[in-house]
Amino acid sequence: MNLDFSDEQKQLRDQVRRFLSEKCTSAHVRAILEGPESYDKALYKGLADLGLLGAAIPEEYGGSGLTHLELCVIAEELGRAIAPVPVSSSIYLVAEFLLLAGTRKQKETWLPQLASGEAIGAFASSEGQGRTTPASVTASVKGGKLTGTKWPATDGDVANVAVVTARDEKGALSLYLVDLSGAGVRRETLETIDPTRSQARLVFDGAAAELLGAKGDGWHIASQVLDRAAVLMAFEQLGGADRALEMARDYALERMAFGRPIGSFQAIKHILADMYVSATLARSNCYYGAWALVSGAAELPVAAATARVSSTTAFQHCAKNNIQVHGGMGFTWAFDCHLFYRRSNALAVSLGSLSTWETHLIERMSAGNAESAA
Amino acid sequence: MDFEDTAEEAAFRTQVRAWIDANAPKHLEEELKRASFGSNGVVSEDPIAAGKAWQKKKAESGWACLHWPKEYGGGARTPIERVIWGQEEGPYAALTGVFTIGHGMCGPTVMAWAGDEHKRKLLPPLASGEHIWCQLFSEPASGSDLAGLRTRAVKADDGSGDWIINGQKIWTSGAQYSDWGLLITRTNPDVPKHKGLTMFFLDMKSPGVEVRPIKQANGQSSFNEVYFTEVRIPDSQRLGDVGQGWEVSLTTLMNERLSIGSGMSTGFPDLFRYCMEAEIDGRPAVEDSAVRSKLAQLAVKQSGLKYTGMRAISALSKGETPGPENSIGKLVAGAAMQDLAIFALDLQGEAGAVWDEDSPQQGRFQAMLMRSPATRIEGGSDEILRNIIGERVLGLPGDIRVDKDVAFKDIPTSGRKKK
Repeated sequence: MNLDFSDEQKQLRDQVRRFLSEKCTSAHVRAILEGPESYDKALYKGLADLGLLGAAIPEEYGGSGLTHLELCVIAEELGRAIAPVPVSSSIYLVAEFLLLAGTRKQKETWLPQLASGEAIGAFASSEGQGRTTPASVTASVKGGKLTGTKWPATDGDVANVAVVTARDEKGALSLYLVDLSGAGVRRETLETIDPTRSQARLVFDGAAAELLGAKGDGWHIASQVLDRAAVLMAFEQLGGADRALEMARDYALERMAFGRPIGSFQAIKHILADMYVSATLARSNCYYGAWALVSGAAELPVAAATARVSSTTAFQHCAKNNIQVHGGMGFTWAFDCHLFYRRSNALAVSLGSLSTWETHLIERMSAGNAESAA
Repeated sequence: MDFEDTAEEAAFRTQVRAWIDANAPKHLEEELKRASFGSNGVVSEDPIAAGKAWQKKKAESGWACLHWPKEYGGGARTPIERVIWGQEEGPYAALTGVFTIGHGMCGPTVMAWAGDEHKRKLLPPLASGEHIWCQLFSEPASGSDLAGLRTRAVKADDGSGDWIINGQKIWTSGAQYSDWGLLITRTNPDVPKHKGLTMFFLDMKSPGVEVRPIKQANGQSSFNEVYFTEVRIPDSQRLGDVGQGWEVSLTTLMNERLSIGSGMSTGFPDLFRYCMEAEIDGRPAVEDSAVRSKLAQLAVKQSGLKYTGMRAISALSKGETPGPENSIGKLVAGAAMQDLAIFALDLQGEAGAVWDEDSPQQGRFQAMLMRSPATRIEGGSDEILRNIIGERVLGLPGDIRVDKDVAFKDIPTSGRKKK
């Protein structure tokens, strides 16, 4: 049994961590939080130049031709650094959509640009308040022209290409590739709880839309891609949870009150122990998800939902308690605690919220259980 | 990332499987699988005798005490081989649960601290299941604060060098059928509490030892009180120096935390099965959104513990030492089981208060409800486990100890101020 990363993958982790410790400091993240840019362009180019964006993209499409395990390692590091870059939209989602359902031409057009960072992709499915379900999608395509409004679409304001869920002429839910630089596309950046990751409203009014995958197959493809993205996102959340725990631990060692370090008080120590527990459970569940992702296991839907629910819970738990351990200082703009708190709550509702994934998990376990009983 | 055995592991597994298949008491398998809390589930014959018989059989073929050296009746197997044995032994492992404390804690302590003669005399019959050992540590006034114990050992005034023991132990599993006990006592109350302790082993049939079962809050009696009245122990049965008892006890307690990959159960499979069968408003409970949310949170705890165990096994398989991750096991499982039981009763509606053979799953959730408080206390309470994670894993400073440099006899014994 080897439920662990290889030595080479651990070396990659160290290399990415070193890179991010220079190129993605608190100051870099705050420049995006407080400035006009939606993401850190220099950092994104740096990740592309190291071949990290294209880690799991085949070499024939301009990628590095590694596996999704390497991408899991990279995702965890991006999460630790709360990197303000559109990797999840462009790589975990759009590149995966193309690899799973794209024609050779669609792959050749977009994958090399996504790997090199020249183009950014976004997934646009939500149409406002509430859970995104097949019934909630009203955008439609007639004669190759897309009409409808999608919001929020993560990174939609900076993306060059979007994968959009919409109904075809017969009302069947399908996927479309839309070049966002074309006519009939209007977009605006939305105010959010986490400005280090941008959200947009995309208004389509007769935008040229190209079918991706078979007609009527949209929800089926999206579910498969979301499962794959959920594992990667779970690693990003795990990285954030671990870093929030470390920050709280370091502060508890350094901060004195009543004549002693606050970490010697059980009231604080036990909060930190519980943070360690949730981060440890999430790590083990993430490794299970990573195994299912690379091995093509039939368990992937259950494993992905397990990793996602566990990591969402852990990141939210660690980020909120990181503030609690810091006390009043944790609620200042100057301390970084709020960056993790913002990110944990933004990631919790991206790709479908926690309750959505809890539902997925139990539905899938019930279905598997009924099957194995039959 | 894979769950495959290495070639050597696979070969070992095949060997183990074949031996178990040929030797296990298969007529007890169904009873063992139905085992509930506090017993191995065997009812068709004497459960202790059945356990001793299985242990003897294992010992005769070299499968007893795999972590012990061969000279004391052990199997001298590697950690990963122990894990594989455990996976293959499956339900039969419950049969020899009465030896867990002896093999896992008392034996290793004797091995580390006793003289050669005693080791050769005591360890082989413990390995082969002839003798059962218990651990006489906790007392009514010292649980988490073990070093505050009060059972006195005083040198006999007859010049024999023997020790005379007076006092009381509590929460002793298996005392009623144990042959030997590992006993920690106070020999000097005039020094700080950790410095005045001394460890002994004693014959549980010694005059003056009285075992009384404790009636627990759940109505069962799996633990005991043990009273010592003028019990005489030869000085040759002392482990370590006089005053070195605390150091000796740490050997025992460290061995307590070494069980790896045991994958503590939260009871989740039982709850999931129940939610597949039970209905809310004519629909399966598992389709209710509140039920799904609760189940999902419990599912990721169960799965997180399972894969945490597998990460530890992975480290062993590579010849590495597992990290501290396994320290979360009982902390997560105990609280999850209690939470799960309360939720299961809630789903049963007003009938949740009823506990009889017609209750869902023969009253298993009611039994869990009533047993789970103990899981959160025994073998290190939730609070002690959080301290251990905080201090040993996260490196936080220990709490300030007001009794550290105080003679034991001067430590206050009541929280109320004397008038």
